Amino acid sequence: MNYESLSFIFLNAVLANNFVLALFLGLCPFLGVSGKLNTAVPMGLATMFVMLVSSVCAYGINIVLVGLDIEFLRLIAYIVVIASAVQLVEMTLKKFSPGLFRALGIFLPLITTNCAILGLALFQTFKEYNFLQSLVYALGAGTGFILAIMLMAGLREKLELSNLPSVTQGAAVSLMLGGLLSLSFMGFAGLGGQ
Amino acid sequence: MARKQNNTITWDTFSEGLWRENPVFAMLLGMCPVLAVTNSAINALAMGVATTFVLLASGLLISLLRRQIPKQVRIATYIVIIATFVTIVDYSIQAISLDLYNALGAFIQLIVVNCMILGRAEAYASKNRPLKAFVNALGMGAGFTFALLCLGVVREVLGAGKLFGFDLFGPQFEPWVVMVLPAGGFIVLGAWLLLFEWFKQRKAQSESDAVVEVR
Repeated sequence: MNYESLSFIFLNAVLANNFVLALFLGLCPFLGVSGKLNTAVPMGLATMFVMLVSSVCAYGINIVLVGLDIEFLRLIAYIVVIASAVQLVEMTLKKFSPGLFRALGIFLPLITTNCAILGLALFQTFKEYNFLQSLVYALGAGTGFILAIMLMAGLREKLELSNLPSVTQGAAVSLMLGGLLSLSFMGFAGLGGQ
Repeated sequence: MARKQNNTITWDTFSEGLWRENPVFAMLLGMCPVLAVTNSAINALAMGVATTFVLLASGLLISLLRRQIPKQVRIATYIVIIATFVTIVDYSIQAISLDLYNALGAFIQLIVVNCMILGRAEAYASKNRPLKAFVNALGMGAGFTFALLCLGVVREVLGAGKLFGFDLFGPQFEPWVVMVLPAGGFIVLGAWLLLFEWFKQRKAQSESDAVVEVR
């Protein structure tokens, strides 16, 4: 059992242990989809939604696995659940909001291999959060992801207008920016523990 | 043979993963473990070896089963196969060294979602014979380990003044702590990419100069 308060869990996941900038989870979309602000925001929202769904599912699955004493199947069960959750989200969106579905396009299925989602499911299990704590943790992680990817997209939009030497074109300068962002997020380290 | 397929295994099958299509430096795949566990050289090496094992085993199995796996559910099948081998690696490392297991943390289990492994399964192992897929996976794994070591060595030497745990500079050395923290990972990888891009551009430059001289 873990007795951390809900507000602590939330702030910790958003700022002090930001999933992207402090724990290095979900870097592929962070570097790949952060070129423009208007694709970065829907991507962040979709990721946050899948995080919430898979957090709830993982909580349920873990109870079953512990009950049956087959925890060694945890990883396989989680990844199958996440893949199905993404599929479910995709189908629901397609039916009820075709506009948003088209806007997200290829990013939606790719959320399956976003390590932030699986990481979240594993961390909440390691930390033995209860149901409400897990939900708040997922909410915090999602908010942190949106915050990081929006900051990055904003920076990169500015960068397009500036004059860079030819060697820095491409991923190198994005990584340097990520480093600076991460450095500034270290200032929040005092807010939370590990 | 009815199907025309290139089955010859050349040096290139192995070496393309090492340099030209290096998963980290050229294709930017599997970035999460690259940055997260490279705060010391020994962690980087262990992570590289673990990933290589999963890459080899899953590549071999997927290549053997490539005619049996239905096309519609192939991605799910690949993921389950990969997750099985990752579970094996996870429990093996836990049995061999608990210190290492704690240092790598959740990132061993997160090998499952390393897009490099799924990418290789989809793009190479599902289309080629087992031996060829194996050799290619070996090259890719070696390239990945090489990239991890590049980062791990630089970060450990600068951030802790050590290499594989041995003190290099003596007690007066003031460690550059930020290098072993998350921010250092981003910056060191960015610096490596800059270096390689510079080499590439210089090579392209000298080649185009050579062409002009011949004329």
